[in-house]
Amino acid sequence: MDTKKMAIIATKGTLDWAYPPFILASTAAALGYETQIFFTFYGLQLLRKDLSDVMISPLANPAMPMPVPMPVMVQMLPGMESIATMMMKQKLKKHGVASLEELRDLCLEADVKFIACQMTVDLFEFDKSEFIENVEYGGAAMFFGFAGETDICLFV
Amino acid sequence: MNFDKELDARGLNCPLPILRAKKALGEVASGQVLKILSTDPGSVKDFAAFAKQTGNELLSTAEAGGEFTFFMKKK
Repeated sequence: MDTKKMAIIATKGTLDWAYPPFILASTAAALGYETQIFFTFYGLQLLRKDLSDVMISPLANPAMPMPVPMPVMVQMLPGMESIATMMMKQKLKKHGVASLEELRDLCLEADVKFIACQMTVDLFEFDKSEFIENVEYGGAAMFFGFAGETDICLFV
Repeated sequence: MNFDKELDARGLNCPLPILRAKKALGEVASGQVLKILSTDPGSVKDFAAFAKQTGNELLSTAEAGGEFTFFMKKK
């Protein structure tokens, strides 16, 4: 039987949306899939060595469950993002959900390949030295080289 | 049931029980049995699906007081 393959395009760089690509990729790898994640636009933030700036914001995020209803005017106040991020991280820990760093490491251990979109790296003038080392840089055509052969291809 | 290795995945949530089990299965020989303890209710269907897709045999699934016990035989 041929090895199954999965490709994910990770486009978001907030704490909540950072989870699906890493959860799905690590699980796919555990199930025997050859897996690649293509990080583009804000998804590139998930490749930073230091993930402490990956945050969640209650602002313009009305589906986020809040302990108490919070008017938009309050959500705008300085420090609200840090507070929401801290609360979210506590919640994740309490429920036994892995940290982003842990999930990312599990992906790498399981040979999930990380591709960073070269164009967006240039566009945002990111410094590659801020990214982890296990990253390849490439473009859309490179992604299709793998994605065209996959059984599952997701955009997150 | 006899087993060769035990994995305590209690308190861990999706997808950690599966990922830890995959790793633990890598540390036993073919035909050996891994016992897994979990508290994640989602792990019941996850381990069934994991077994089906990887060819490792899920010998049994049991629940007692919110704790799940799985026995899995390595392919």
